[in-house]
Amino acid sequence: MKVDLDSLTIAKARKMLDEKKFSAVELAQSYLDEIEKKNKELNVYLEVFGDVLEQAKAADKLISDGESYPLLGIPLAIKDNILLQGKKVSAASKILENYVATYDATVIEKLKKQGAVFLGRTNCDEFAMGGSTENSAFGPTRNSNDPSRVAGGSSGGSAVAISANLALGALGSDTGGSIREPASFCGIVGLKPTYGRVSRNGLIAMGSSLDCIGPMTKTIEDAEIILNAISGEDKEDSTTITDLTYPKHKSNKSIGIPWNLINQDGVDQKVKENFKESVKKLESLGYKTKDISLPNIGLGLAIYYIIMPAEASSNLARFDGVKYGLHVDGKDLLEDYLKTRGTGFGPEVRRRILLGTYVLSSGYYDAYYGKAQTARSILRKEFDDAFKQVDFVLTPTAPVPAWKIGEKSDPLSIYLADVFTITANIVGLPAISVPSGTMEVLKKNLPLGIQFMAPHGNEELLFEVSKKFLQE
Amino acid sequence: MITKEEIKNLAQLARIEIKEDEAESLRKEIDSILDYVSKINEISGDSEDKPVLKNVMRDDEITHKSGEFTEDLLSNAPGREGNYLKVKKILE
Repeated sequence: MKVDLDSLTIAKARKMLDEKKFSAVELAQSYLDEIEKKNKELNVYLEVFGDVLEQAKAADKLISDGESYPLLGIPLAIKDNILLQGKKVSAASKILENYVATYDATVIEKLKKQGAVFLGRTNCDEFAMGGSTENSAFGPTRNSNDPSRVAGGSSGGSAVAISANLALGALGSDTGGSIREPASFCGIVGLKPTYGRVSRNGLIAMGSSLDCIGPMTKTIEDAEIILNAISGEDKEDSTTITDLTYPKHKSNKSIGIPWNLINQDGVDQKVKENFKESVKKLESLGYKTKDISLPNIGLGLAIYYIIMPAEASSNLARFDGVKYGLHVDGKDLLEDYLKTRGTGFGPEVRRRILLGTYVLSSGYYDAYYGKAQTARSILRKEFDDAFKQVDFVLTPTAPVPAWKIGEKSDPLSIYLADVFTITANIVGLPAISVPSGTMEVLKKNLPLGIQFMAPHGNEELLFEVSKKFLQE
Repeated sequence: MITKEEIKNLAQLARIEIKEDEAESLRKEIDSILDYVSKINEISGDSEDKPVLKNVMRDDEITHKSGEFTEDLLSNAPGREGNYLKVKKILE
């Protein structure tokens, strides 16, 4: 049977599976057919798993046994930096091209318990480093709204999996905006949870104090379903939080807008116009908005591009051609290392490792890393103070829409696309990107998004305001 | 300003082989990134005393049977001999 994927959501599919309108096998087959048609052009999946129909069959068995879980039989796409036991996981890097995961990430374990069906692993920037998926060692993912443009990144494959109907839900990871920016570029919903809400166990590490796994979906309700399935304290990740870690914030429907950041150069005029319309819409829905001053918010990117490379250079030291992954032979052990890492890591990864090595080296440590830690703490305090006056901080998700593949060659100009998303990672806040319409560029309608940030531990507030905004 | 020699030294420290022309392009790129991040010196205000991150300790206890994961882990190794990882000799 033909399943209408366009209007399908996780919530609807679950109901229809329970009502036997279609089986999990039929649903999975519908997605496999779409993938067969579109994946060659869009380069969303690096691998479609060979056992998709078997997984779906197992789900059907549970359904016929009368079991019902929120993700039972739901076909999901998983970013290629999250481990599934027995499956390849490469972080879109040559250095891990043939690596087979030896255990399940905690999020995968949790999804398996619900009987979710894993379709395959999605393309991303190498080691999740980038904002366009152009840094993948296996070619860029194309935006389904305009295939000459980038999908955003680093979770670009997961974003297009949703926008092109190649999965019903997806997992991404977000270190500086890698869920929210591609969600905005592709016109879908992307949630970066509070730091520690979702276990990082089994996520290939980039910046460990910043990394978060989160859902990418068509609707807010679906994002909520996936978050509920994957969140929770985990003894394998000592930074995970509980429901009691942070106080529940009472909402008075007030939204703070850091206009000083939004009105700067580099933010596209049409993005500003779209944002102002979104603000008006929220006001018509009964939200009060006010200009808030976060004096150091403009330093977010500078803080990030010290802390992230420092952590990444340490995390990526493990790829040595000895324990796993690529090995390139040299004349001695030192040369083995140099050649393995010199061949296996792509340009952006090398750049960040060197940058991290520099900011951590003696003589520069205090000036960069030490200073960034202090600044991080100051920024966190500024947000704590802001949330005494408002319930949300609102910005556009990205300063620009999706750019043309190959258009940006200067790394710094790509980094600037993270200007609005980066602070949530530095401060550890939950943040969501919600579709806010499109802007016309060269006769194509390119999606835009707005971003809500809420106090630590208060994802429910994000869901509530986003549902109102989308009239979901 | 960062020099090409410094870039080469960093690459050596990070165990990444780079070519001469890449050392020059990396020098330019890293120089402009460092220039950008030095904005951090404009930071104003006092930091909180309490650290943002803290260490969480656990008991050092046995979590799995001996040998349970040995084969899975070693099967990913580029070079092995029995249950050992194989590397080149470092001492003569």
